[in-house]
Amino acid sequence: MANVENCVIIGASHAAVQLMISLRQLGWRGSITVISDDPNMPYHKPPLSKAYLSGETTDEQLALRAAPVYEKLDVTFKLGETVAKIDRDGKSVVLASGEQISYAKLALCTGARVRPLPAPGTNLAGVHYLRTMDDVKGIKKSMETSKNAVIIGGGYIGLETAASLKKLGINVTVLEAEARLLQRVATEQVSSFFRRLHEEEGVEILRNTQASKLVGSEKLEKVFCSDGREIKADLAIIGIGVIPNTELAENAGLETDNGILVDEFAKTSDPDIVAAGDCTNHPSKIAGKNIRLESVPNATEQAKAAAASICGTPKEYNELPWFWSDQFDVKLQIAGLNEGYTDTVVRGDIENGRSFSVFYLKNDKLIAADCVNNLKDFMFTKKLILQDQVIDKAALSDETVELKSLLT
Amino acid sequence: MPTIKYIEFNGTEHEVDVMSGTTVMQAALDNMIEGIVGECGGSCVCSTCHCMVDPAWTHITGEVNSEENDLLDIVDEREETSRLSCQIKVTDEMDGLVVRLPESQY
Ligand SMILES: Cc1cc2nc3c(=O)[nH]c(=O)nc-3n(C[C@H](O)[C@H](O)[C@H](O)COP(=O)(O)OP(=O)(O)OC[C@H]3O[C@@H](n4cnc5c(N)ncnc54)[C@H](O)[C@@H]3O)c2cc1C
Ligand code: FES
Repeated sequence: MANVENCVIIGASHAAVQLMISLRQLGWRGSITVISDDPNMPYHKPPLSKAYLSGETTDEQLALRAAPVYEKLDVTFKLGETVAKIDRDGKSVVLASGEQISYAKLALCTGARVRPLPAPGTNLAGVHYLRTMDDVKGIKKSMETSKNAVIIGGGYIGLETAASLKKLGINVTVLEAEARLLQRVATEQVSSFFRRLHEEEGVEILRNTQASKLVGSEKLEKVFCSDGREIKADLAIIGIGVIPNTELAENAGLETDNGILVDEFAKTSDPDIVAAGDCTNHPSKIAGKNIRLESVPNATEQAKAAAASICGTPKEYNELPWFWSDQFDVKLQIAGLNEGYTDTVVRGDIENGRSFSVFYLKNDKLIAADCVNNLKDFMFTKKLILQDQVIDKAALSDETVELKSLLT
Repeated sequence: MPTIKYIEFNGTEHEVDVMSGTTVMQAALDNMIEGIVGECGGSCVCSTCHCMVDPAWTHITGEVNSEENDLLDIVDEREETSRLSCQIKVTDEMDGLVVRLPESQY
């Protein structure tokens, strides 16, 4: 062991798994040690609020890779263990158990954790967060006896959860603190569409409403709202955003700023330490500034760049961001980043229908799109954005014009 | 356990044993077969798991569904028997299935 270089990966989720695969593909000959506080073998996170919650996806199907893959990759897992400290001078990590593990290269794939709800009562039975497989197992257990659920937070995860529970016949109320759903991530038009969708499906949406107190004798019984309203509930799921796990890096003196700061090659301010996934704040040529993303494509693509940096064959991470969300019979796909848009174009019936696209333009060029039940538009949109040319707005809005014909 | 043969665009063949119930996409990832990316994990939103089913097997692998069809419309090398491998659930009848992988997914 003494002469073998060790690569330590902290975290064992989307970024970490891609990183270990890429390391071997790029010829990393040293050992690989993966440490994560999640006790489960790596699993897909997106289905947690979707098909896994609704019971359509099994535990086996949730696995990111089958077990033999990790044997082939020759990876040592230390699951259920927390890294307490990084000792950069001694080039080792110290676990909460006191164990010390040395590294030649270190990869931070620490992701993000749920933002705690600042209200009393969150430790009552029947109250859950949703980030891990064990969280969902807990929710499923509570669901066996629940009839009325309150979802705290109207972001993607909250809305997906609302849809999954509603499909199972549970009454669902969504509390959104802001004036509209998806306030942070979607434009007004798209927010309104999601409100209509959920209301049509029988979900109650309360906007400008915060949960101020969760009460019950042992189990949750009621959610008190900021406006004085009381909602009877035996299940509450909190989804009010995440906080990047940067403390380890910060305490080790690495630069952080809403995420661990990395360059386009996923390198931190220490040449032997890379970082990838939800925990990073990275430069984006497409956005023209530094950004932090919370998505699987970001985690896997950045992990490829991180592995390349470790192996000394740097490869720039500069992919077009994209994301998806499933709610009821609606598949939303988002291409690009709409921040700073100056104009929007709608294609299809956003007022009454369930299939349309909203395009975002800046200086007459396409920068992003939200596509609802419109897989084809989405795929062409990605290409059109990368084309980076002035686009014909009339053609964009005309459903009889195929987007394909706008490609040059 | 059914055996599936994946043939890369350059002719390299991989014959692997696969559990029924998994998908042709996941089985490729689980055997580290290059040429299937599976970026969305089988949610049918990315089209990076395109494969061409050997014509002898299409009656068993079944029809393209409508979402899948939309995605296949934009892949570079669509053929008559093209499928998204995440939409093919492996069954015992698929023992011996042969799929080819397109060059664009490397
Ligand atoms: C319910 C849900 C639905 C989602 N849906 C979608 C979707 O539809 N599409 C999409 O693109 N994205 C979706 N996402 C987001 C996506 O899952 C994340 O972007 C992705 O998981 C990020 O991967 P990661 O490897 O960077 O970090 P994470 O998945 O956050 O994993 C990091 C791991 O590191 C561990 N860790 C952190 N610090 C330490 C330490 N000190 N010691 C040991 N272990 C540590 C953490 O506990 C965690 O297990 C969803 C997320 C959730 C929760
Ligand atoms: S894996 Fe994404 S469409 Fe098949």
